[in-house]
Amino acid sequence: MKILGKISVLLCGVLLIFFAADFPDFGDPNSPASTYLSPYFIEQAMSDNAVPNVVSAVLADYRGYDTLFETTVIFTAGLACFFLLRIFEDEKKLKYYRHIPTGVTLRIGEGKKIPENSSVFRRIDATWVPFDMIIKTTCRFLIPFIQLFALYVVAHGHHSPGGGFQGGVILGASVILFAISRNLRAALKRVGEKTSAIMSAAGVFIYAGTGALCLVLGENFLNYSALAPIFGTDRVMARSHGILAIEIGVALAVMAVMIWIYYNLSSAGKQDEGL
Amino acid sequence: MIWQLDLIMLVMVIICGIAAINVKDLLGASVLLGAYSFLMCLLWAIMGAVDVAFTEATVGAGVSTVFCVAAVFHTTRRTKD
Repeated sequence: MKILGKISVLLCGVLLIFFAADFPDFGDPNSPASTYLSPYFIEQAMSDNAVPNVVSAVLADYRGYDTLFETTVIFTAGLACFFLLRIFEDEKKLKYYRHIPTGVTLRIGEGKKIPENSSVFRRIDATWVPFDMIIKTTCRFLIPFIQLFALYVVAHGHHSPGGGFQGGVILGASVILFAISRNLRAALKRVGEKTSAIMSAAGVFIYAGTGALCLVLGENFLNYSALAPIFGTDRVMARSHGILAIEIGVALAVMAVMIWIYYNLSSAGKQDEGL
Repeated sequence: MIWQLDLIMLVMVIICGIAAINVKDLLGASVLLGAYSFLMCLLWAIMGAVDVAFTEATVGAGVSTVFCVAAVFHTTRRTKD
């Protein structure tokens, strides 16, 4: 079986290399891709929607439908992880508590538990190791800056590389970093499961809602020029603002889905003890 | 574009890709996959596709490596094949 796999992989590789010879050269201005649509995007993006970053203009404006359904795919991935992995089990498992003043670990089973707001007992994971001061402090320092940078990436996606997807992933990664540096329950207290589920749906809703608003105002779906009266600007600038609106939706959806998938993956669906 | 640098990176990408399949330790495989993604991100940046490089760095090298590690955490660390 292994040999069969290797043969098929080699065959595919040889075929790919064979046909790659027919490709146009790197950066060839006469290649079909650079003669048909690219010149229009490069020349007209600035006057069409006042966005200097052509990639953002193409992704969010010219190919708005594409990005809308990409966001929906990410939302579906989060839903799929939820439905496949999530387990709602009753509390009959062993739980471990640490008595903070003495450092003694207690094991409690059969559904009994110590009140969650106890000041001397703290719930710990079965695989608990003492917290590392360096990791905890470094993460506490880093997380605000990571989130600030993520917001910059989202808001500045028009002018520099970046945008909703990247900014959303960085925002989600900051919460995941928090969950790794402390524990899963501490992260769940900040961004709960319900919050992340609602936010991922809200992100897609903001995107589709912006498009539908254009429809209500009498233009095509996702034609942001229609939003000019709402933003109080001319039609070109309204498209730029419309792109920002949908980037925020994408960022919200991607962030929430990343956190949601991490919660379900790292705790095997129990959302109790995790990485 | 410096072709020597390009060649080194391309060779490293291939080495990382083959090593990620062949290594027995699953945690090592996920880290190698992260390294592969990061090298691909550098290649995208060299070719001028900065947006793609950014996405590759955040999604490929960042979050998907974390997801792989989180998944390995709940299975055995060594593969059987």
